[in-house]
Amino acid sequence: MASNVLSWMIFTPLAGALAVLCLPRHQESLIKGVAAAFTVPPLLLAIWLFQNFDRTTSAMQFVTKVPWVRSFNIEYFVGVDGISVTMVLLTALLSFICIFASWGIQRAVKAYFALFLLLDAAMMGVFCALDFFLFFVFWEVMLLPMYFLIGIWGGPRREYAAIKFFLYTMVGSVLMLIAMLALYFFNEPHTFDMLKLAEHASSYPLAFQRLAWLGLFIGFAIKIPAFPFHTWLPDAHVEAPTAISVILAGVLLKMGTYGILRINFPILPAATREYAFWFLIALGTWNIVYGALCAMAQKDFKKLIAYSSISHMGYVMFGMATLNPQGIDGAVLQMFNHGTVTAMLFLLVGVIYDRAHHRDIEGFGGLASVMPVYTGWTALAFFAAMGLPGLSAFISEVLVLLGGWQRYPGLTLVSASAVVLTAGYMLWTMQRIYLGKTNEKYLGFPDISAREIFTLVPLGVIVVVLGVYPHAVLDLIDVSLRHLNDVVLSGGQPVADAVSSGAAVAVGLR
Amino acid sequence: MSELSLGNGASLVYSLPEIVLGSAVVGLFLIDLVVARKELLGEIAFVMMAAVMFCTALVAWPEGRALFNRSMVVDGFALYFKLLLSLAAVGTIWMSLGSREVRTANQGEYYALLLASTLGMFFMASATNLLMAYLSLEFVSLTSYVLSGYTRHSRRAGEAALKYLIYGGVASGTMIYGMSWIYGLTGSLDFQEISTALAQQTSDPLPLFVALVLVTAGLGYKIAAFPFHMWAPDVYQGAPIPVTAFLAVGSKAAGFALLIRFFYTGVAHATGLGGWAYSGGVDWAELVTVLCILTMTFGNLAALNQQANVKRLLAYSSIAHAGYTLMGFVVLTDEGLRAMLFYLTIYYLMNLGAFVVVMVVSNSTGREDLDGYRGLAWRGGALPAVAMAIFMFSLTGLPPLAGFVGKFYLFAAVVQQKLYFLALAGIANSVVSLFYYAKVVRTMFLDQPVGGEGVVTVDAWNGALLGLLTVATVLLGVAWGPLFDLADRSTHFFLG
Repeated sequence: MASNVLSWMIFTPLAGALAVLCLPRHQESLIKGVAAAFTVPPLLLAIWLFQNFDRTTSAMQFVTKVPWVRSFNIEYFVGVDGISVTMVLLTALLSFICIFASWGIQRAVKAYFALFLLLDAAMMGVFCALDFFLFFVFWEVMLLPMYFLIGIWGGPRREYAAIKFFLYTMVGSVLMLIAMLALYFFNEPHTFDMLKLAEHASSYPLAFQRLAWLGLFIGFAIKIPAFPFHTWLPDAHVEAPTAISVILAGVLLKMGTYGILRINFPILPAATREYAFWFLIALGTWNIVYGALCAMAQKDFKKLIAYSSISHMGYVMFGMATLNPQGIDGAVLQMFNHGTVTAMLFLLVGVIYDRAHHRDIEGFGGLASVMPVYTGWTALAFFAAMGLPGLSAFISEVLVLLGGWQRYPGLTLVSASAVVLTAGYMLWTMQRIYLGKTNEKYLGFPDISAREIFTLVPLGVIVVVLGVYPHAVLDLIDVSLRHLNDVVLSGGQPVADAVSSGAAVAVGLR
Repeated sequence: MSELSLGNGASLVYSLPEIVLGSAVVGLFLIDLVVARKELLGEIAFVMMAAVMFCTALVAWPEGRALFNRSMVVDGFALYFKLLLSLAAVGTIWMSLGSREVRTANQGEYYALLLASTLGMFFMASATNLLMAYLSLEFVSLTSYVLSGYTRHSRRAGEAALKYLIYGGVASGTMIYGMSWIYGLTGSLDFQEISTALAQQTSDPLPLFVALVLVTAGLGYKIAAFPFHMWAPDVYQGAPIPVTAFLAVGSKAAGFALLIRFFYTGVAHATGLGGWAYSGGVDWAELVTVLCILTMTFGNLAALNQQANVKRLLAYSSIAHAGYTLMGFVVLTDEGLRAMLFYLTIYYLMNLGAFVVVMVVSNSTGREDLDGYRGLAWRGGALPAVAMAIFMFSLTGLPPLAGFVGKFYLFAAVVQQKLYFLALAGIANSVVSLFYYAKVVRTMFLDQPVGGEGVVTVDAWNGALLGLLTVATVLLGVAWGPLFDLADRSTHFFLG
């Protein structure tokens, strides 16, 4: 059991998808119930994982390794380290929550929940896979359900948004495929095992590393999404149903940065070091500022949140590029925090959209007096997104900027001042929607329902707890990231003792 | 001549599948005379073809033999293709049994011609002699001409048959002219002797170059490679759907079999360690690389423009897939060879499946245009719609479907030889192809029916075939090991 825990987490939702398919089409509440039931075991297992995860080692844990295709040396190889376990936790939590956020789906309920569970399984698989081929398969499997979920259950321009999402991601993944094959054939004996690929990192010539790095990076950058590959995101978000927006922002975007940390960093360390110090850091800064400026100009509530995601993911890239323990820890913490905070934001947009059927920021006003509880929750999410001290995102942004300051004071100043922009558009939105004169059209709106609150509570608790006690996550990731950082800085030379070098983030915080 | 090279009498033992198939053709004509219920003929043909497949699988030779005084061979390579071709024939007969178009035609001759065409393809897969190669290719062509025009009252079918015939005539004329040059250069029709003669030759490679271009024209016509593809869209659109499927999967596979055997054993030699090198000073791999890139690019771009008729769309897609498959041809390695063998089988599954869906929709509504698919999933056609989506995404090459694995091995073979530009061309094409494949899916799922499309029903017979192909496409995307190993074992030619 303990050794196969990850496989259970991947395949339970898949079994759920098959189970849902077998149910009669008209039993809609039964379908929803079964779908919800199949997201519970992964969540419980994730909690178990959180408790039993060994925080003192950077080695892979809960490993399962079974040959898949012997003749090509492809393996079913799953395992987690600190980086992936954090993402697995996030995925399990958001999948569970999103089932309840999807309760209002009316059209083709059976197909929706089957596809949703398939998506869930694929996301788990991406974060657990340690065989590059397996990783790629899960990565691509994600595309199909996402295409249909946006395309069938989305808004008015859903077809355009769905195919745009699909094509962008496909471009990225085929480049990834070539880089993957090149790496495979570079090693003797040929292997897709990410750990072995990383072990031989110092033997790849620099020119080869640079090319492979760029191929992989474009694939991941499209997912993050990094400028200039970001244009699919606002479209996809605006058209996607609420729960899918949550998954998209909460989990899918993280796969981009996760992929860079899992593959580009350890397998191509020399190229990473080279690119991080000018390219990645500049791109991160640009994303932060550009995303914030775009967000400020939006009139659509959901589009605003989408652009704020681009800005917040910029901090992740910025943190990764610092290549010091603070920055890189901050980056992964920011991935987790952005996952929870943005999930809240999209859920909250969904609440108001379900009632008003539009998202025009100018079209509301004074909602605070009509829906006080709802406004309270929104305030929490907005303040968290702004990076208010005491809430989770503050810690991660500060860590990222602390890391950045040590190497790039100038760019750090730019990035830090973008916090003002964020506060600007967040507060301005707050003012336009919730404060001011009450729009009489919306006087009769019911306040947030119990089901809606139920989806927000776990996220709200996490946001507050991580704001005061970030070590819950930092302890998970610290050792793994420290090791990774040393590997990159040494250009792929084996590192004797991962824990000994660098100033401890933990100490810095206390 | 070694003892592995057999004369006429001794060869008969090794030709069991061909003998059974040949008797089946004659038998069908005779049974047609006595049987009153003509529907029975299809079922008889089905059983006969299954028997042929069984015989093919039964006679598995570990080492090869040259048959009929070196005009044919029997080896792993031929055996693999014969199994694939039997599968194509069985699938086509299964389709024909559920096809409305075929039911209204003369069934006896139809099935006899189908089996005769398969027999010709068997010969194409095992020919090792230019004369035999030409005869078998012509045999297949002649039967195909008749089959594609089989629904006599359809003007489109008539047009298809005529176009096919004219293009076919030109192509085969070109090819036999090229073959005569080769004979003039080497003094032999035997692939093996041609190879030996070319290896010793040091003269000007230009005549050989011309000859190879001419031969490629004939073979390129069979596999529908650019620029010899012109017949494909019209013929695919006009021919009865089962025949289109047969041309797309069977005829193409047979064309590849002959193409591979001629170039690899006739104009190339093995260098050991799984590599191959061209003989006679003509780098035909480079030539075909250009063809390969043009074929997939043209097929995909044309498919992008052609989205009104689904059969036509699939015709352009099949041109593009000929291009992808050629990627395995030009790398000159065993890895490339086995990737091609593997891919052709996968291609058979997903393409035949797509044509079954086209037939199911056409049976119910009589429509083959994309508008006739609008909202298919929401008006009774959930099974064909889901199956079609799986085939379309598999043709795009998305995991966890078989098409991905097939393409993966092709790309792997290309990247292994460090032909990155070819890999990039293949990749760009995969992305482009997503657009039109997804358009079919979009029409079926995302669009709403506007009314007047008609209700689609699937009978159990067609449903079973569809289910089988769908399951195989998904299953081979997850567990392809056994099939791949079979393809791997089959990449060896008997050279005598």
